[in-house]
Amino acid sequence: MILLFLILILLAGGALAWITGKWSDLLPRVISLVALSLDLILLIAIYNGQSAAGNNSWWIDYRVDWIPTFGISLHLAIDGLSMLLLALTMFIGLVSVLISWKEIHEKTGFFHFNILWILSGISGVFLSMDLFLFYFFWELMLVPMYFLISIWGHENRIYASYKFFIYTQASGLLMFLSIIALYFIHGRSTGIYTFDYIQLLGTTMAPTVAFILMSGFLAAFLVKLPVVPFHNWLPDAHTEAPTAGSVILAGLLLKTGAYGLIRFVLPLFPEASVTFAPAGMILGVIGILYGAKLAFAQTDLKRLVAYTSVSHMGFVILGVYAFNEIAMQGVVVQMIAHALSTGALFILVGQLYERIHTRDMDRMGGLWKQVPVMGATGIIFAMASLGLPGLGNFIAEFLILAGTFQASILMTCLACAGLVAATIYSLRIVQKVFLGKEKTTWNISDLSVREKIISASLVITLVYLGMLPQQVIDTAKPSVLKSLNSIEQTRSQNTGKPTGEASIWCDEINTDGASAKYLKCKLW
Amino acid sequence: MVREDFICLTPLMIIAGAPVLMMLVVAVIRSYKVIYGLSLSGFILAFLSIFFLLPVIPHATGQLFIFDGFTILFFVIIILACLLITILSDGYLVYQESEKEEYFIILYTSALGALVLAAASNFVTLFLGLEMLSISLYVLIAYRRSRDNSIEAAVKYLILASGASGFLLFGMGLIYVDTGSLEFTKIVMALQSSGFSSPLLLTGFSMMVVGIGFKLALVPFHMWTPDVYHGAPVPVATFIATVSKGAVIAVLLRFFYAIEGFRNHNFILLITVVSILSMFIGNLLAIRQQNLKRILAYSSISNMGYLVITLLIGTKGGIDAAVFYIASYIITTIGAFGVITLLSDRDNEAEKLKSYTGLFWKRPWVAIVLTLTMLSLAGIPITSGFLAKFYVILEGLNAGLLVLVISLIINSVIGLYYYLRVVTILFSPPNDVKFPAISPAGRLVLFIVTLGILWLGIFPEWFFNLIARF
Repeated sequence: MILLFLILILLAGGALAWITGKWSDLLPRVISLVALSLDLILLIAIYNGQSAAGNNSWWIDYRVDWIPTFGISLHLAIDGLSMLLLALTMFIGLVSVLISWKEIHEKTGFFHFNILWILSGISGVFLSMDLFLFYFFWELMLVPMYFLISIWGHENRIYASYKFFIYTQASGLLMFLSIIALYFIHGRSTGIYTFDYIQLLGTTMAPTVAFILMSGFLAAFLVKLPVVPFHNWLPDAHTEAPTAGSVILAGLLLKTGAYGLIRFVLPLFPEASVTFAPAGMILGVIGILYGAKLAFAQTDLKRLVAYTSVSHMGFVILGVYAFNEIAMQGVVVQMIAHALSTGALFILVGQLYERIHTRDMDRMGGLWKQVPVMGATGIIFAMASLGLPGLGNFIAEFLILAGTFQASILMTCLACAGLVAATIYSLRIVQKVFLGKEKTTWNISDLSVREKIISASLVITLVYLGMLPQQVIDTAKPSVLKSLNSIEQTRSQNTGKPTGEASIWCDEINTDGASAKYLKCKLW
Repeated sequence: MVREDFICLTPLMIIAGAPVLMMLVVAVIRSYKVIYGLSLSGFILAFLSIFFLLPVIPHATGQLFIFDGFTILFFVIIILACLLITILSDGYLVYQESEKEEYFIILYTSALGALVLAAASNFVTLFLGLEMLSISLYVLIAYRRSRDNSIEAAVKYLILASGASGFLLFGMGLIYVDTGSLEFTKIVMALQSSGFSSPLLLTGFSMMVVGIGFKLALVPFHMWTPDVYHGAPVPVATFIATVSKGAVIAVLLRFFYAIEGFRNHNFILLITVVSILSMFIGNLLAIRQQNLKRILAYSSISNMGYLVITLLIGTKGGIDAAVFYIASYIITTIGAFGVITLLSDRDNEAEKLKSYTGLFWKRPWVAIVLTLTMLSLAGIPITSGFLAKFYVILEGLNAGLLVLVISLIINSVIGLYYYLRVVTILFSPPNDVKFPAISPAGRLVLFIVTLGILWLGIFPEWFFNLIARF
């Protein structure tokens, strides 16, 4: 029930924000903050209650019938992975409400309605244990996002919002087709017609069928992630969206794709995933390099940040298809770290845009003198983005590369080149915006207290994640193992011997505690 | 006539008796209020009388009508739709300069035609119902003859519909020649012994397809739709899009499932082609339209394309999916047309897409209703349209109609483009077009429609159960 409340609080908060928006600009903002904080408190309560209870596979499992005619139920469950992503959702939600405080003045009520409904859709995606429900929430977050871009976006917003909606809807429908096909295949072989995830696990089907069905799921997740041939919507949507929209897109919406891969694709189609793995890894590497190259070529600062997402998400798919625990843990950390660092960069762009009304890097330069605090935070976020040790992204990328190394040395080497490229484009941001010669003389103010709070909270979480990632890794561990379990079984069936090396390693690490350092010794 | 016959025919008799009463009243006093009140109470009475049918179904009266659960479902859908359209027409007829009492009388005769179709079990009643519906519509389309395009639309419909009826009648004749009966059950028996082999039969069925295809506006018999929708008064366009199509679908489903057309490869091929063409052409032509009525016309073409998929499913599930789809489509379409009706004023119907620019910031509630109907037509969750499409896809996949299901999905994406265009326009910065205020009755209609779309979209279980029980 508490899980349902998580979603309902956001839905109700959204409706309330909209209604009160008529009377005051302040009320919707406060209501949104309250709703999100309430959810965050609930999550912390769940987390603490769980730590006391021990490590069950599902912390809380809530299920009521919704449309029993088709075996559809309102089945929500939370485990470590969902927990982390939900906490991230609420945190990013709070941040995006705060950054819109001064940016959004028109139609404030409806704006916050959309924000909260997107967040509730995303929370639903992270909680759903019924494939129909999952699709329901998957689609639910589209419409408010579409409004967010098309009403509060920049110049080219209509085009970007169409592109975003149609890309995601088209790919989502392919997944829907696969879901229904899976429903029938399972129903015909067992006689139980259900959309329930737990029951659909381990459905037996012919390899070709499994591959086709998996392709449907992949279509949705790879477009959302996005992976290179399907990334076309991302730069437009991210660039044209208002800052809060970009932060939610980069921080949360992309993560639903990664979550889908870990939660649904690998466990439901283990054999097909093993077949697809080499292709997946190649796509990942292409994404890393191509995204980095495109990022480097941009003059629009926001577009540059958007392309870095493509590059960072390349690491995610690379890590997922490496099929070992280290890489998968890296993926989880990467999801969080990327949400924070890229979100922070988008916020930086938004803050700059509020002050100088341009995103063109050629018109910036030498801003450090004017805004030293913003410059300093900007450098921290750029460093996070390039993977500087001590910040979250380093742990993530390191774990992913370490894991991938066991799967494919070639891919790891190529992906490492991506890190160099990341250094180049991140430093270019710093160079072009804050350092160098002043091209135009701007007379602008430094960060306000509100903005300082936002930036500081992001810096703190990034450093925390970089220094003490163990808590995240421990929380995600059971979910990650669950996801890899089916893959391990498939592989051991295929080769006749268990490929247990990876998991042995990780056990050592996790008991050991000082993860990164120890891992490094092991690797070399 | 036995007692059950009488009970079963009550709704039909009420709907047939009401216009007679109204004509008598008009002869004595010409009062719009009285006539409007009579027509409202007539539909309500007919709706209530359906409950008396429940204990006696299934029951066949003579050779002409069959009253089973399927009939009842369509009776309910048709009568409720007519009720809503009557309320909408009231707000619209205010602007009619000349006599407006007869409008309701003709609305009743067309409703009677629709009900007869839903209960038809014989070619005679099929044709009777269809003609009653069509002939009333000729008059209704031209009812505001001072408007542009009104007469044009009526004449177009008159000529094309008569042609289609001719085809239909000839087709029936040929089938009668071959099977020796006009009754569905006897035709089915004759078919079981002889099969579809005879050329006479095949010609007959093909000609019937032309007639029915015209009524449903399936490609290639769709040309009249945008013009007629555009030219007809909005409530009448609503009626054509909802009641008229719903009734024809009812009889088509009954007949097609009775003769088990889904087993015959000729039919499968024919319907697959017609369905795919309707989906694609309807959606593609809608993309560039600037007139909301025309967009809805093209959208109805593609929606009928989706709906005929259910003909080929061939199980009880297929019929259930069709009923759910048509119910969802009717309530959604009434919502969309309802907004147009309620925003129309004396000189202009609110049909130009441009005039809706920024409606959300001026009239949020109306804009939300229109947005919901568009999202429902596009098949986005929390609306009934999503579950309707889901049901069709589900049953379609179950029956292995992969090509049709995939083209449905492709078309959902194409359709999304123009539905989104409408939504985008609603949420753009506002213009200075002023729309009239909406009457309380109009608000009630929009409220019911919104509730219906959301209720069917979020809690569809009771409706699924209802359909499955009948």
